[in-house]
Amino acid sequence: MSSSTSTTNTANTSTIGSIGTPSRRNTELALLVFAVVIPVFAYVNVGLAVNDEVPTGMIGYGLGLGGLAGVAHLVVRKFAPYADPLLLPLATLLNGLGLVAIWRLDQSPRLQQRAENLFGAFSPDAPKQLMYSALGVAFFAAILVFLKDHRILQRYTYISMVVALVLLVAPVFFPAVNGAKIWISIGAFTIQPGEFAKIIIAIFFSGYLMVKRDALALASRRFMGLYLPRGRDLGPIITVWAMSLLILVFETDLGTSLLFFGMFIVVLYVATERTSWIVFGLLMSGIGAVGVASFEPHVQERVDAWLNPFSDQVMQGNSEQMAQSLMAFGSGGVLGTGLGQGDSDLIGFAANSDFIFATFGEELGLAGVMAILLLYALIVERGIRTALAARDPFGKLLAVGLSSAFAIQVFVVAGGVMGLIPLSGMTMPFVAYGGSSVIANYALIGILIRISDTARRPAPAPAPNPDAEMTQVVRP
Amino acid sequence: MSELTLTVMRLGFLAVLWLFVIVAVQVIRSDLFGTRVTQRGAARRDARPQQAARQSAPPPQQQRQSGGGRQRRGAPTKLVVSEGTLTGTTVALQGQTITLGRAHDSTIVLDDDYASSRHARIYPDRDGQWIVEDLGSTNGTYLDRTRLTTPTPIPPGAPIRIGKTVIELRK
Repeated sequence: MSSSTSTTNTANTSTIGSIGTPSRRNTELALLVFAVVIPVFAYVNVGLAVNDEVPTGMIGYGLGLGGLAGVAHLVVRKFAPYADPLLLPLATLLNGLGLVAIWRLDQSPRLQQRAENLFGAFSPDAPKQLMYSALGVAFFAAILVFLKDHRILQRYTYISMVVALVLLVAPVFFPAVNGAKIWISIGAFTIQPGEFAKIIIAIFFSGYLMVKRDALALASRRFMGLYLPRGRDLGPIITVWAMSLLILVFETDLGTSLLFFGMFIVVLYVATERTSWIVFGLLMSGIGAVGVASFEPHVQERVDAWLNPFSDQVMQGNSEQMAQSLMAFGSGGVLGTGLGQGDSDLIGFAANSDFIFATFGEELGLAGVMAILLLYALIVERGIRTALAARDPFGKLLAVGLSSAFAIQVFVVAGGVMGLIPLSGMTMPFVAYGGSSVIANYALIGILIRISDTARRPAPAPAPNPDAEMTQVVRP
Repeated sequence: MSELTLTVMRLGFLAVLWLFVIVAVQVIRSDLFGTRVTQRGAARRDARPQQAARQSAPPPQQQRQSGGGRQRRGAPTKLVVSEGTLTGTTVALQGQTITLGRAHDSTIVLDDDYASSRHARIYPDRDGQWIVEDLGSTNGTYLDRTRLTTPTPIPPGAPIRIGKTVIELRK
């Protein structure tokens, strides 16, 4: 534990404040080692359960994850020494657990057979995911190296709005995959631009609301305990609402539209401190969702599968996944069946991406799922904590925006898989298989670490102030 | 693989996972420093009980400070924003100059329409006495009721008013 006490006393200053904010890098390193050991343990556990032997890939896998964590740690140590010590280990652990679950599903004969029937060949996803994680860490490192101060992002408020809009609209021009238009394909690569758009639009929301929040907060009438905003101040919220509805209609993607609108409401609430915005937001998203669901067949299908997952109509259609997922959670019980010993591969399509949480639910049980949800909650908590510690309004709003986007995404996916809300095509951050998701979430953690480094950095040493020397101090 | 081994591994893995969560929470507990935020409503209604509560639970930094031995007796240790949008924010006084204003690089970024971008600064002189100086702001900096024209020493507990924001130095 390093607690560097910076004694800031020169010969002529008698006031001493030795609150040396400790840089918690050694704590982070210890936690990182722990966070790499746990997935390696899980990997061995799966190997022993499935093949009755310690898996041969263990060394390579452990070294791969350990190497990524090491590189990320060194970059943080060099470029963000005062950053929060928990964000990186939490992300590493989730990423490692995801890799194990994906590898475990690669071992499933059912999924291998299914892939051969559909595509003619089976290729394991775990090595690809490890490569995406490496790309993600590269992104993370690039952000810490090149983004010296998060306030620079404030300059790009309106540019980021345009970029985010382009990213959100682009998938409309590409063919739908599995009913949702959320991918763009360039050559052999397919990218899910929504994942990146969530970070970019958080920059726009915080930059915009930082400037406009006074108008939105102060001009209002009080009515029944709520501050009602003026009609013309409703402009931005209606614009974002309309945009999220358009996403829902044209891209038939419930998750993305919920994520953007939800994030906007949270940032708006934090910026203006007016509860009425939350009431308005909930009302508007309710009206929008019900309205769209009444005429959009893809959304209707999802709602149907959510309300009656076990009905014949749903099971014969394409949506038996939902029922399989619920059965997986149910058969897991409190302590789970043990890694590698469940039947969550029955989910079939998207078992290792959208539905990966069901694998944890079955094999680790309620105890494991709660632990994983707590890991997510801790990431969100550190994000909000960073927002509280940040001294500039833009950094505060950006940290709140990013962590709320993260929280909403976890809620939407976990809630969808567990049958709390209709399912939507989003991925569990860090855990699910998917390149865009892993890369974007590493970038998100990178920005949070940059903000927290700025917020926790101790104030610079008392510079010899030339003015103070010359000015005569008047004493009463 | 025997059933028993697998059961032990399964329970062991859950235990390790929870151990990580608990360690992470412990790290958070040992990490409680930074800007302290007090309840706004309570701060306005009565400041006294709150101060008592603050004294009963002194942050670990202050204990370390008193061990330093070189601190001037009665010198303020923190700057507290007592009114305005930043109410409850505290900044530890470490002998550094604190700048106040709407500029983004100020120590305390004021979100106050009546504040100038570089409004005022607070710094210790050679004897460790804290001085407030107005940096040519438009609306002025007030110590108690008087508008500052020269750098002035801050008496303990005296409110410094900048626009709608009021700050104090406290022990």
